[in-house]
Amino acid sequence: MSDRHVLVLAGGLTHEREVSLRSGSRLTEALRRQGTEVTLRDADASLLPWVAEHRPDAAVIALHGGRGENGAVQGLLEMAGIPHVGTRSHDCRLSWDKPTAKTLVQRVGFPTPNWITLAHNTFRDLGAAAVIDALIGALALPLIFKPHQGGSALGASVARTAAEVPNALVQAFAYGDVVLVEQFVEGTEIAVTVVDSADGPRALPAVEIVPDSGVFDYESRYTAGLTTYWAPARLDAATAAAAADLAVAAHQALGLQDVSRTDAIVDASGRVQFLEVNVSPGLTETSLLPMSVEAAGEDLGGLYLGLVEQAIARG
Amino acid sequence: MTGNSLDRHVPLYAQRTAGMRASAVRSLFAVANRPEVVSLAGGMPYLKSLPLEAVAAEAAALVSQDGLVALQYGSGQGIAELREQICQVMSLEGIVAHPDDVVVTVGSQMALDLTTRIFCDPGDVILAEAPSYVGALSTFTAYQATVVHVAMDDDGLVPEALEAAIDSVRRSGRRAKFLYTIPNFHNPAGVTLSAERRVRIAQLCREAGIPVLEDNPYGLLGFDDTVHRAIRADDADNVIYLGSFSKTFAPGLRVGWVLAPHAVREKLVLANESATLNPPVFNQMLISRYLAGFDWQGQIKAYRQTYAERRDAMIGALTAHMPAGTTWTHPEGGFYVWVTLPEGFDTAAMLPRAVTARVAYVPGTAFYHDGLGARQMRLSFCYPTPERIVEGVRRLAGVLESELDVMRTFGTGGAGGTVAPRQVRGPASPSPDTA
Repeated sequence: MSDRHVLVLAGGLTHEREVSLRSGSRLTEALRRQGTEVTLRDADASLLPWVAEHRPDAAVIALHGGRGENGAVQGLLEMAGIPHVGTRSHDCRLSWDKPTAKTLVQRVGFPTPNWITLAHNTFRDLGAAAVIDALIGALALPLIFKPHQGGSALGASVARTAAEVPNALVQAFAYGDVVLVEQFVEGTEIAVTVVDSADGPRALPAVEIVPDSGVFDYESRYTAGLTTYWAPARLDAATAAAAADLAVAAHQALGLQDVSRTDAIVDASGRVQFLEVNVSPGLTETSLLPMSVEAAGEDLGGLYLGLVEQAIARG
Repeated sequence: MTGNSLDRHVPLYAQRTAGMRASAVRSLFAVANRPEVVSLAGGMPYLKSLPLEAVAAEAAALVSQDGLVALQYGSGQGIAELREQICQVMSLEGIVAHPDDVVVTVGSQMALDLTTRIFCDPGDVILAEAPSYVGALSTFTAYQATVVHVAMDDDGLVPEALEAAIDSVRRSGRRAKFLYTIPNFHNPAGVTLSAERRVRIAQLCREAGIPVLEDNPYGLLGFDDTVHRAIRADDADNVIYLGSFSKTFAPGLRVGWVLAPHAVREKLVLANESATLNPPVFNQMLISRYLAGFDWQGQIKAYRQTYAERRDAMIGALTAHMPAGTTWTHPEGGFYVWVTLPEGFDTAAMLPRAVTARVAYVPGTAFYHDGLGARQMRLSFCYPTPERIVEGVRRLAGVLESELDVMRTFGTGGAGGTVAPRQVRGPASPSPDTA
């Protein structure tokens, strides 16, 4: 039992609202099973007045995309003096922007697929055909195109031929004006959750992702039965250790706090390459973090309750 | 060690569940429900104009006076008094019917399901307008029927196209089981079938031995108070008629009906009992009291006036803000305007941009069985106020401008473009927001 009153934030006005609502609902249930009083709320105009009136002991942000991950909601909670689970607002921006996160992880010596970040106006001003030729020449096909911010693979697609590139760009630009173009690395897709404890950050067992379609897109992520997950991942001991090292290093290099999930790829040579990191990992029935927690023999509610206490202790 | 697909039932599912998947496009409608977003997506009636206090009193009286009946199981065909009243409602459209031939259903969506269930085996063909109602297409897909779309123009379904489709299906060795049509204020197209064509289409279907499934939820919502004569009014033997209280009273009660020739009606009653035992008695009795005790036709007039103002707001805003080359229908009733954008647009792929701009619509691909409709969208004017509609269309125009900018950059927007049509699937089934 806990006598804490915890605010769980879910929903928000982002493309990932539906996923967030499912995450928030699952987390609420898990915390309530721990005997904790939980209020589940949307991040809307009524939030700050509610916080001022009720002063919860702590907040957990289960918002995905936008304000839930770019530090905005974190910053508002910090200004209101409400301890929250997760990364501090200023640090959130480093991981929220995928190219920035890649740069910082690469700087501390970990591999990540080569990339370039391009805004729509670069193509418009310099000529799309010339820019596309240049990036294919520099990075080589196949390439993956992602909106530079956001999750759930929304707007992401792979181009295996030059003819597919404009399409992939247009698809990514539907979600924002800046696109991360990255070498597409074939290999084993994994996700590693990192949790802070008194002894420092520790990696939970990696989860291996094998989508039936070969592409871990929105449909494969959120339709049970379309993807096979292996937790722990089928990695040899050295590779599993390398994956854990990478995730912990990313967690530290980006200044992350309490919990994060690093997505990575094990390439054909067995090298673990960093793809991106998430400060507000999905907690739905088909999400990777809960699988990782279960593989570690832990309980989602118990884990988050511990993080709540950690946040309160930080003040 | 074995992997976990998170669903151990995968090997057990029927083939018809194959399309039941999470969809990025559908997930965006979760945002559309937020008040910050102007939703031109949903087909929700504007219930604020209902006499809610009076309806509440009627509901309370129903429980206290007739609770033992209202809260009990009931007849699989629906209560007799409501079926009589339904016949009176249908008489406004020229239909002469006996209450025995009416089956009350859980919304007309259930009637669609039951009719498809009793007529269609997997692989059978259903003829339907192009575009057609997303909820009907979803039902037809669930029964593994194949939809053959038939062209429409401003006067509704084109008889020559229907004739050609019937011939084509016959030549292919398949069997068209019925023609599904929404003759009045079509969802999503907004057009109305002309009187001459009603006669011709009924004749073509009769000659071909193909029943007509006439779906008429919007028939009483003509803005100039015109009530079009139902196809069923002139063909009692070959037309199965679907009606609903969802648009004229309240969709939350989920009460619709089907009027069918005697033999078909017998099967529909059995199918209804198999599916639901009986339609909800309380809801039927509440509607019956509403029809008996309220000026329901006056309420429909109020609805017409409200929706006409909103239609005008939408058409005015489209005229003011849409880019050159965009066309749209001019509905004389109902809820919807069907917009066709210039070549190169893809409304499903564009939806994330629209949600970012706080406006929502339903992409055109949702209304086709065969992937067409990429540059079309359905805009609903039923729910938002005229001011919100104008604001929504203004936001949409900004979205189109941004999309055009991207299209210009990457050379799409017509013949010779470098961007192939994007394969973005629309919502395969209706959420209550898009129905």
